[in-house]
Amino acid sequence: MRNTFVDTLCELAATDERIWLLCGDLGYSVLERFSSRFPERYLNMGVAEQNMTGVATGLALSGKIVFTYSIANFPVMRCLEQIRNDVCYHNATVKIVAVGGGLAYGTHGYTHHGVEDLAVMRALPRMTVVAPGDPVETRLATQALAAQPGPGYLRLGKGGEPALYAAPPPFELGRALVLRAGADVTFVATGAILGETLKAADLLEDQGIRAGVVSMPTLKPLDAQAVLDVASRSRWIVTVEEHSVLGGLGSAVAEVLTGVAALRARLLRLGVAMEPSVVGTQAYLRHLNGLDAERLAATVCEVAAAEGASRA
Amino acid sequence: MARGAPARVQTTTALARTIRADALRMVHRASASHIGSCLSMADLLAVLYAGVLRMDPTRPDWPERDRFLLSKGHAAAIAYAVLAEVGYFPLDWLDTYCQDGSKLAGHLTYGVPGVELSTGSLGHGLPVGCGMALAAQRDGASYRVFVMLSDGELDEGSNWEAILFAPHQRLEQLIAIVDYNKIQSFGSVAEVLPLDPLAAKWRAFGWAVREVDGHDHAQLAETLGALPFEPGKPSAIIAHTIKGKGVSFMEGQLAWHYKSPNAEQLAQALAELGVDA
Repeated sequence: MRNTFVDTLCELAATDERIWLLCGDLGYSVLERFSSRFPERYLNMGVAEQNMTGVATGLALSGKIVFTYSIANFPVMRCLEQIRNDVCYHNATVKIVAVGGGLAYGTHGYTHHGVEDLAVMRALPRMTVVAPGDPVETRLATQALAAQPGPGYLRLGKGGEPALYAAPPPFELGRALVLRAGADVTFVATGAILGETLKAADLLEDQGIRAGVVSMPTLKPLDAQAVLDVASRSRWIVTVEEHSVLGGLGSAVAEVLTGVAALRARLLRLGVAMEPSVVGTQAYLRHLNGLDAERLAATVCEVAAAEGASRA
Repeated sequence: MARGAPARVQTTTALARTIRADALRMVHRASASHIGSCLSMADLLAVLYAGVLRMDPTRPDWPERDRFLLSKGHAAAIAYAVLAEVGYFPLDWLDTYCQDGSKLAGHLTYGVPGVELSTGSLGHGLPVGCGMALAAQRDGASYRVFVMLSDGELDEGSNWEAILFAPHQRLEQLIAIVDYNKIQSFGSVAEVLPLDPLAAKWRAFGWAVREVDGHDHAQLAETLGALPFEPGKPSAIIAHTIKGKGVSFMEGQLAWHYKSPNAEQLAQALAELGVDA
C-alpha cells in the first residue's frame, strides 16, 4: 500500500505543483522516489511531528496541498492537537498519512500499534477518514483526497497487501463498495483487514454459508445508506477492523443503526480487544483478536449455529 | 467608548495608548482575563502595526501582505483592538468581545479580518509561521512572517522543534518576537521553568537575535527596521517587557493574568493612560 501511495502521489505531483510531502524522518526505501523527483516540494522534518503538522498547516494556508507521512501513531497521536487546532480548525488542506495502521508493526510492540487512530480522527471536525483495503483502493483514495480541499486522514497497511480488485471499482469518498452480496451474514470491513475478510467469506462459502462483504474505506463521512441497505437484507452485520472495538467502524455502524426503528439485523463488532503487552507478529495478533480468516469464519459459524439453535 | 471611522493613528505612542485603553474596556465589559498579557505587548503591536507590517486593511487576503501570527492567543483583546484601530474591521466590533454570537472569541480566532491563525493553545504559532515562511521562500514571494510568542509558551517542546527547523531551512523571512514579561500562568518564569539565557539559546540554535526594551518605541522601530538581522537566518527579537505595563497597579502582578478590572479600576487605569473614561 505504501508503494502504491507514493507512486500515486508522484503522478499527482507531476501535474499539480501545489502538492508537497513532509515526512517525520521515516520512509526509507519508499519516499525516495518522491524526494528525488520533487526535491523542492519534499522535506524530511526530522523526528518532530508537532512541527511537521504546524509547518504543513502554514504551507496549506499558503495555497499548498500538503501530505504528512510517518508510521502508525506518530503522525496522529504525537501531534493530535496540531491536527485539531491547526489543521481542522482552519480547514487546512493537510492530508495525514499513517503507514502500518492496525497491527502491521506487530512485533515492534504496542508503541507501534495504530489501533485507536480511527476513533480519534473520526472525532475531529472537518476530517475525512479513509482506510483503504488494498492497493487499488489506496490509489483511488489518494487521488480523491488530493482532489478534495480540507483535512484528510489516510490510514494504510504496511506493504505487500494483495490487490483485491481485478478492475478499479467506482470509488468515491464516503461510499461503500460491495465486493460480494450476501444473504444472512454481511461483513463490513475497513482497512487492510479486508483481505482476511474476503478469505473468511470464501471459507464460509465452502461450508455453505453465503456471506456478503462490503468494503468501507471511508470511515468519515460514513456511507450510512450502505449500512442501512445491509441492515435491511441481512440478519447479521459483522464489522471487521484492525482497530479497537471502541470508536472505529463498529461504533460508526452502531451509530447509524441506533436511528433505525424495528431493526431486523443484529450487529457483531469485531476488532482489537487485547491487552497492550502481548508480543507477536501481525498474523499472530490478528489471530488472537479473532481477526484472521479462520477465526472470522468460525465466529460467523458459531453465530449461525446459535441462531439456528435458538430458532429450533 | 466613542466610535467613529477607524482612526488613522499618527504616532505609535498614540496607538499604543489607544489599544491599551480598548483592551482594558473590552476585558472589563467581558469580565475576561489576560489583561496583563495584553498590556505587555501593546508597544510591540503599536510599532508593528503603525509602520512595520506591510499590509492593506482593505484587503486582508492581499497575497503579498506580511503575516502576523499571535501565538500567545490569550492576549486576543489587544490584538483585535489594534486590527480595528488600523481599519481591518469596525471599531464597534470590539464592544462584542466575548459576547454571545460575537466574531471575537476570548482567544484569537481565524475568520476575523487580519487574523491569520486561531491560537489559544500555546506552542502552535511558530511551526505554522515556519510553514508560511517556507512557502514564501519557495515561491519567491517577498512577504515576511512575524510570530509573537509569550515567554511561558517557550516551555512547549513544539516551539523548540520549530526553533531547530527555521535556521536549517534558512527562513530569512521569519521573525519571532518573544514578549518576555517574566510572568507566566501560575508563577514567575524564574520560579516555574527558567528560560535564561534566552537570547543565547536562540543564537545557539542558529537564529540572528537582538534584545530590546519592548516598551521603547524608538528602539523597537530601529530594530524592526533592521530586519533581517543577518542574511540567510531567521530573526528573533527578545523583547524585555513588563506584564501589565502602563497601569501601575497591574504592572508585574501575576493576578492580572486572571483578574478583570472593575469599574473603579478601569477608571483609574484609563486615567493613568491619559484617556477619557
